[in-house]
Formats: sequence, structure tokens, C-alpha cells
Amino acid sequence: MKKMYKTIATAIFASLQFSLFAQSEVEMADTLRSEGKIYVVVTIMLVIFLGLIGYLFLMDRKISRLERKLSEKGLKR
Amino acid sequence: MRKIWWKLSAVALIIYTIIGGLLFQVPRLNIVNETIRALYFHVPMWFGMVVMFLVSTIYSVKYLRKPSMETDTRSVEFANTGLLLGLLGIFTGMIWANYTWGSPWHGDPKQNGAAISLLVYLAYFVLRGSVENEEQRAKLSAVYNVFAFAAMIPLIFIIPRMTSSMHPGSGGNPGFNMYDLDSNMRMVFYPAVIGWILMGVWIATLRIRTKLIEEKLFDLEDEKNV
Repeated sequence: MKKMYKTIATAIFASLQFSLFAQSEVEMADTLRSEGKIYVVVTIMLVIFLGLIGYLFLMDRKISRLERKLSEKGLKR
Repeated sequence: MRKIWWKLSAVALIIYTIIGGLLFQVPRLNIVNETIRALYFHVPMWFGMVVMFLVSTIYSVKYLRKPSMETDTRSVEFANTGLLLGLLGIFTGMIWANYTWGSPWHGDPKQNGAAISLLVYLAYFVLRGSVENEEQRAKLSAVYNVFAFAAMIPLIFIIPRMTSSMHPGSGGNPGFNMYDLDSNMRMVFYPAVIGWILMGVWIATLRIRTKLIEEKLFDLEDEKNV
């Protein structure tokens, strides 16, 4: 798992090399990035977002079901 | 589920924003430092809000031209979603301002303008809550809604640009400027805006659909009682 993370990290950083800005003295979270810990943050945010989206999709389906039920009821009369 | 593709593209765009927003290269700037990434999440809230309010206004105008309860419902729920996005925008802005400007509320013209326009829209819901008669409520709030949108434009887009504001697009800005927004940042920023607008529309449609179901149920009840 760790190896996979490392490979992905290397691939992403390698692809970004060409667009790297000149290193200046402006302080950025470079250490966090070089240690690869930023991926932990990204993963957590994605899990939360996907969880919320899954919930929204379920809600959408439930509403669709209610609409169907209601229109059938309306047709009966 | 009807027409799922645009919902999925909203999800895909926001997933891309989360990944790209945290991992892609950003310009190294003083004062804002790494917090420049907040732009990917804070600014799309405002774009989303403006689009939601615009759609709401269009439905209000449509209502005034040809009154129908369904149009009224659509107008309200889009305004509701717009208010949600606006509140998220103002709170994220306060957190960001606390770290870059030194205090959550800096009296920045754009900040004040945004707060005032949110209050204007809150008054829209107060107005709706205070009128008993359904048709009167719909008509009054439709008229008010058009004025609320008209008031929001100068408050957010014009006045902050005429005075010195710390937001981009006006003088005295320490961090970044919309017009030299890095091309790397555009690659994430524009998808983020589209993604959040679609997300807002999705939430609004869910609310509209539940409300229409509710109204239909009331109608069925009424028919039974007759």
C-alpha cells in the first residue's frame, strides 16, 4: 500500500516538474508535500465528499420513487 | 433517476477540484502562502450563489408574467439554495480572512456588500413567512425577489471595485489578482465553478421536487374532503 502511494506520488510529482515555479523564500507547505502526507488529507476529503454524494443520490432515488407512487395514485382517480 | 449525467459530471468536477486543488502547483505569494488554495473552494460558492439567485429571479419574472404555484416554488427553492451557498461563502471567507488579513471581519467593501445582500435575501424569506394568502405571498415575493437581485449586483460587483478592497479586481490587493490568476490555477478554478453550480442546481431540484410532492398530496387531500 505504501509502495503504491509512493509510486503515485512520484508519478504526479514527475508530471508536475515542468510547471514547477522557481523556489523562492516564500514559505509554503513543502515539507508536508515532500513527505507525501498531503495525500492523507486528499484521501480524507474525498471519502467525506463521496459519502455525502452517495447520500444525496439515495435521497434523489427516494424522491423519484415518491413521485412515481404519487402519479400512479393520481391516475387511479 | 432522470438525467443522471449532469449530476455525475458535477461530482466528477468537484472530485477533480479536491485532488487538483490540493496537489497542483500554485504561485508562491507572500501573505497568502499556501492558503491561496482556498480560492478553489471559497470563490465557487459565490459563483454558485449568483447563478442560483439569477435562476430564482428568472422564475420570479416568469411568475409575474404567468402566475403558477409551480413557478413560485421553483423561484423560492433556487433562492434558498443560493442563500446556502452564500452563507458557506461568507463563513469560508471569514476563516480565510482571519489568517491573511488578521481578523475574520475586516470591513472590506466586498465582505460588507456580500453580507448586506445576504440580509436582503433573508428579508425575502421573512416577507414570505409573513403573508398568509398563498397567491399574495407568491406575487409580493416575486416582485421583491427581482429587486433583491437588482440590489445584489452593485453591492457585490460594482461598489467593491470602485473603492479600495482587498478582494481581487480592485486596488490595494496584497495577494493575487483575478487578471493575473495563474494559468495553472485556472485549470482547477473554472471546473470548480462549473461543478459547484451544477451541485447547487441538483440540491435545488431535490428541494423543488419534494415541495411539489407535498403540494400534490395536499391537493389529493382536498379532493377527498370535497
